[in-house]
Amino acid sequence: MEILLAITIGLLYAAGIFLILRRSMVRLIIGLILLGNGANLLIFLLGRISKGKPPIIPEDSKVFLDAYADPIPQALILTAIVISFGLQAYAIILVKRAYRVVKTDDIEEMITTDEI
Amino acid sequence: MIAHVVIWPILLPLVSAIVLMFFWNQSKVQRYITVAGHGISLLASFWLALRTYSGDIITLNSGSWPAPYGIVFVADALSGTLVLLASLAAFCVSLFSVVSIGTGRASFGFFPILQFLLMGLNGSFLAGDIFNLYVWFEVIIISSFVLITLGSERAQLEGAIKYVTMNLLASIIFLTGIAILYGLLGSLNLADLSVKIAQSDDKGLINTAAILLLVGFGIKSAIFPMYFWLPASYHTPPAAVSAIFGGLLTKVGVYALIRVFSLLFIDDPFIRSTFIVLAVSSMIIGAMGALVQQNIRKIFSFLIISHIGFMIAGLGMFSTLAVIGMVFYLFHDIIVKTNAFMISGLIFKLRGSFRLENLGGLYNRYPYLSIMFALAMFSLVGTPPLSGFWPKLFLLKASFNELNWWIIGGIIAASFLTLIAVIKIWLSVFWRKHPNYVEAKKRIVWYDLPKIQKFTILLPIAILTVVSLYIGLNAAKIVEICQLIAEQITQPSLYIDAVLSNPENQP
Repeated sequence: MEILLAITIGLLYAAGIFLILRRSMVRLIIGLILLGNGANLLIFLLGRISKGKPPIIPEDSKVFLDAYADPIPQALILTAIVISFGLQAYAIILVKRAYRVVKTDDIEEMITTDEI
Repeated sequence: MIAHVVIWPILLPLVSAIVLMFFWNQSKVQRYITVAGHGISLLASFWLALRTYSGDIITLNSGSWPAPYGIVFVADALSGTLVLLASLAAFCVSLFSVVSIGTGRASFGFFPILQFLLMGLNGSFLAGDIFNLYVWFEVIIISSFVLITLGSERAQLEGAIKYVTMNLLASIIFLTGIAILYGLLGSLNLADLSVKIAQSDDKGLINTAAILLLVGFGIKSAIFPMYFWLPASYHTPPAAVSAIFGGLLTKVGVYALIRVFSLLFIDDPFIRSTFIVLAVSSMIIGAMGALVQQNIRKIFSFLIISHIGFMIAGLGMFSTLAVIGMVFYLFHDIIVKTNAFMISGLIFKLRGSFRLENLGGLYNRYPYLSIMFALAMFSLVGTPPLSGFWPKLFLLKASFNELNWWIIGGIIAASFLTLIAVIKIWLSVFWRKHPNYVEAKKRIVWYDLPKIQKFTILLPIAILTVVSLYIGLNAAKIVEICQLIAEQITQPSLYIDAVLSNPENQP
């Protein structure tokens, strides 16, 4: 499972960076979304994957009897997902708006602010 | 209870923002509430800053969860001063924006977003938890995204595409760094991480995380070679927005670099020399970029990049003297850059253009104003006894102690190039005869403004100029504060003890 997740994360990062380097704005956004998901999965994987071990102390004991799943990465991912959802929604609207005003999807043509 | 002073600078902007939301379409009422809200935040942060100068590090465990487990807010002297300066800059910008931001932008939520931006800034200065720092960064960037695109002019949208992309990328890289640190050490608390990193022997992964954080914060603070988004976007929004961006947003990146690389990744020779290379390149390349520009705000944007280099150089040397110079420069730069961008906005109001070739004759027409501008400009350059001189003196002294010729050369060359860029502005905006005055006169709005509005635009520039003069003329006092900060930064054990052995931790 770890190996599979690690490969998925690597693929997400690679695909994300590849898409960011394209000239099209839509691919840029998709690339950022993939990268964001890659980062979330990375937190998930690095919080150690454990199956069927909820962090709850059994009623008849006072301490954890076994290694338990770490709840913090899940809280972190939840936060990160919500944040990146908001930012991505914003970015998509921005791209749409920019497309309407500039009339192109090509980032290379958006150079008026770089002129001296 | 006394520790609650830490949370006020975060809560008050939030409260003002919520109050402002109730007056969504009444931009006149919003303007009063904004200034009042920023005024109250300024008082609260002044109180916090004064308390940190006694040498205590104030910590607040949110929800009374003991330190390494809950989210901690920490105010040492560096955080306290930065919160104070951020609130001061935001207060001045809010005064400036009362007149300079039109009803169109105000009715789409300019003023509440400005409060949220200040909340994010104060939060990231006070966060004692690296994931919390990430969340505050997101609060900052989402507010800044709205501020930079509000108005939807073509240039704004084009600039915003670059700004948004680079900031999102920086956040993802930062998050990757956090993931690696958490996976390796199982903690997010900065003080706890510092202890655990010192004990850990997996230097390879820790250095990977360090480089990821360096790149993430480096993009945000616009150091070489990750600065291209800054001059492409900072000159596009209204001057009030440029002012708060130029003054504060890049400095948050620098603050995060200082915090992380003084507390977590201490004394790694590779990272230190990387900092020195990046610093010297930023100084020189930023200043050279400023020379060729024709738009005042783009000149200032490139000068931001150049001057970020000075602070990074201090981080690269990391002796006590260098840290004093670095934090002093940070304080000076917040005031001066905010002021510089507000001045460019005022020049736009007076002459109807940001471009050097359309400007001229300001000294002839407004001699007293020009003297105020001159003070701000020369403190940007670092002419003694203005505020830019002292931190450069400390940085130079620190680099002479180490005989680091790269930094010595970089500081001198960058200061000289800054001087040339400022002289260029001075010559063409103030001294030269106005080239096509009659044609430009149509676009000038200044004459139609009522006196009270003229006063409200001039007041924040005057306040910041006076603060800059105060820093320059009363440097001994500031250096005392910087010494305290340098002591706290160079001895991470003070920070760690304050967070982990907080008496509230014991049940």
